[in-house]
Amino acid sequence: MLIDVVVKRFVFALAVALLSAYVAFTQSDEAVYPSQFEFVGSWAPLGTEDVQNDSVPVDYLGLALTEEGRTRALSYDESQKSMVERQCQGWGAAYMVLGPFGLRVSSQTDPNTKRLVSYTIDAWEDWMEMTIWMDDRARPSANALHTQAGFTTGRWEGGALAARTTHMKVGFIRKTGVPLSDEATIDWRFFRHADLLTVLMVARDPIYLVEPEIISKSFRLSKVPLDFRDPCVPGYEGREPGDDVPHFAADQNPFLDEFMKLYNLPREAVLGYRDTLYPEYRKKIKSTYVPPPPCKADCGVAGNFVRRRTN
Amino acid sequence: MRRSLVAIAGLAVLVFAVGGASAQRPSSSSARELAPIDLTGYWVSYVTENWRYRMVTPAKGEYRRIPASPAALPIINAWDPVADQKAGNQCKSYGAAAIMSVPGRLHITWQDADTLRIDTDAGTQTRLLRFTARASSSQSRPSWQGESSARWERVAAPDRGGSLRVVTTNMLSGYLRKNGVPYSERATVTEHFDVSLLPDGGALLLVTSIVEDPVYLNAPYIVSPHFKKEPDGSKWDPTPCSSTW
Repeated sequence: MLIDVVVKRFVFALAVALLSAYVAFTQSDEAVYPSQFEFVGSWAPLGTEDVQNDSVPVDYLGLALTEEGRTRALSYDESQKSMVERQCQGWGAAYMVLGPFGLRVSSQTDPNTKRLVSYTIDAWEDWMEMTIWMDDRARPSANALHTQAGFTTGRWEGGALAARTTHMKVGFIRKTGVPLSDEATIDWRFFRHADLLTVLMVARDPIYLVEPEIISKSFRLSKVPLDFRDPCVPGYEGREPGDDVPHFAADQNPFLDEFMKLYNLPREAVLGYRDTLYPEYRKKIKSTYVPPPPCKADCGVAGNFVRRRTN
Repeated sequence: MRRSLVAIAGLAVLVFAVGGASAQRPSSSSARELAPIDLTGYWVSYVTENWRYRMVTPAKGEYRRIPASPAALPIINAWDPVADQKAGNQCKSYGAAAIMSVPGRLHITWQDADTLRIDTDAGTQTRLLRFTARASSSQSRPSWQGESSARWERVAAPDRGGSLRVVTTNMLSGYLRKNGVPYSERATVTEHFDVSLLPDGGALLLVTSIVEDPVYLNAPYIVSPHFKKEPDGSKWDPTPCSSTW
């Protein structure tokens, strides 16, 4: 009887040991995935990253602007949006990762060969629909038509979708009027990890940016289709052809200090100087920076801290 | 007894037959040899997003864009950096759930064939990403950087590339943001490391970080800080943790 119990315990212990060995043996420290992922679907925005701050005028935080870019940004007046020909200039390709919306992606195939021709990311309110051509077509001439959405080609690369956008009209890289020229190029990488899509944007502009503007934003696969919204369609808002373009002299922008004072931020950071993007800058301002007073209202996820400025 | 012996033999055969068939690599290959992307070297934070929450200490009480739970609010409003410093908790905003967003440099090396090491000059922290299970991990004491298990996610041949997935647990409670927005010891951090080559020949490291915390978060907190590759460590500048800056 005693021997039987001992044997049973021995058998149990051995079985546990064998199972542990099995787990250790088969536990792989790598997994293999297809070189392409399913991009089609509805991708909902997450909103946990601050990619373009509060939309307060003269907020160029996180940008590396040329002097020309800074001057042009400082001359921008929001009233330009009431001009028919300028209403849509803020909603170019870059707005994909700067705006608050999700991505609704469809694919188009050749009816005969069934091969993939393109992906389309639907418009959302002001943002224009973007087509990513996947059929190896040639890029148009540099003199070809430039549009709000630009011309985009893509290919699969190392498990990510890599795309490049050119031929954009002059627009903004931030809705506070920071310009992006028609010579700008945007490189995109779309990474998918389970139901998370992370979009990486690298925007270069030989005229207005000293260094690339790099933004990454994540989206979650939605179980329900996202709404479709119309793209930007200009309409009459009181300004007639031939009217002056609303603007400020760059050194007389009345909002120059507004964002800076709101958060006690250094002027060179607010004005988009390159050095402010690197860790050394943090050390440089350590002894001079004074945090703003405690937040008393609208401090959380959905709160708009900007309301403090009206208090 | 005979039945027991037969059962053991059967189990052993089954276990190793199935195991051998499903193992995806030769047992002699190390994680270093299997790496589909090269993460080693020096990387510098390029702070083009969340600037106001990373480069300076935000106002006390501001937790905008973090889905903090009601349980977190008293902690957020009671944040006292001087008390943290006195209590030896100056590294609370340098834990694994936040360290990749702290502006600074990373030095990534292989500590051994199956352990990737990340040193940060900001806060002089060290993360060990282990590709093999550690027997003692369940009994380890919580730490700022916790216990990280790593796995390559390789793209099927003939393409090359892939990414690194890291899951970190067993952390001391800390701050997601310098101004005291908390995460608890029950938090889990899942990270995806992706490398993107730039047209100018440079490389960019993108770390998508997902923090889940049943205590202080209502929903996952997801951010994706990015880093530029540097040619060497000439700008490496270790600084200690600070609760105020």
